[in-house]
Amino acid sequence: MSLLELTSTACLVVGGALCLTGGVGLLRMPDFFSRVHAAGLTETIAAPLLLIGLMLQMDWSLDLFKVLMILVLILATNPTATHAMAKAALHGGHQPRLGDLSNPSEQDGHAEEDSSSKA
Amino acid sequence: MQYLSVHNARILAVLAVFWLLLSGHFTALLLMLGAVSVLLVIWLIRRMDRVDGEPVRVWPTFGLAGYLLWLLWSVIKANVDLALRVWNPKLPIRPVWDRLDTSVETPVEKTLYANSITLTPGTLTTDVHEDHFMIHAVSQEGLDELREGEMERRVRKLGL
Repeated sequence: MSLLELTSTACLVVGGALCLTGGVGLLRMPDFFSRVHAAGLTETIAAPLLLIGLMLQMDWSLDLFKVLMILVLILATNPTATHAMAKAALHGGHQPRLGDLSNPSEQDGHAEEDSSSKA
Repeated sequence: MQYLSVHNARILAVLAVFWLLLSGHFTALLLMLGAVSVLLVIWLIRRMDRVDGEPVRVWPTFGLAGYLLWLLWSVIKANVDLALRVWNPKLPIRPVWDRLDTSVETPVEKTLYANSITLTPGTLTTDVHEDHFMIHAVSQEGLDELREGEMERRVRKLGL
């Protein structure tokens, strides 16, 4: 395997793993605002790594430029979209849950319910 | 005559090159469609300038490129930190939502700073005010790092 293929494979595998991490984060995070952070993980590093992995396997062509443009577009629009979502949630009266939200089921199997009912 | 300015000529050149790179076809029909869309975009830009009265021009400089590289590096570091938190069985997060006092002044500086904060996973700008931002962070450390102000210093150094 050439160095180029090796780098490309590494990017694709790590990118895929980070996509999974983002998904797991979305499911595990306790409220809307912390979920937004987990979603950001997918957009700011997983998708770019996948695209870079693809670009490394392509020939020099217009398609390479197009993939690069997709990468730039994702990175440029992500903060705007994230900010708009967060602001809309606040505007709609959604308050972030603050303080220690680490997984209560680790210490006590049934503590999860009463911490979420307070919010 | 207001359409014949250097500013418009630059936009026209950039848009034309952009269209050609994206399309890659050089038939008469597609070139004409390209010309029409480029002119339409320039007309729209003119209208928007007239409405908000302050056209903002940012040029790609070495300073900006250096800043983006530094930002890329801090995004990678923040992602590793967040990924470790996600996979940790205890899910060690302590969300905070607090004000961050800033001294960035111009609209471009504010935009760049607020978006850089949001782009970095773990911190999120929810509101932009005259002299402070509202920041939601997944942990106190993320907010403290912003308060140390390295990112702000770098943004201000660009002098946008």
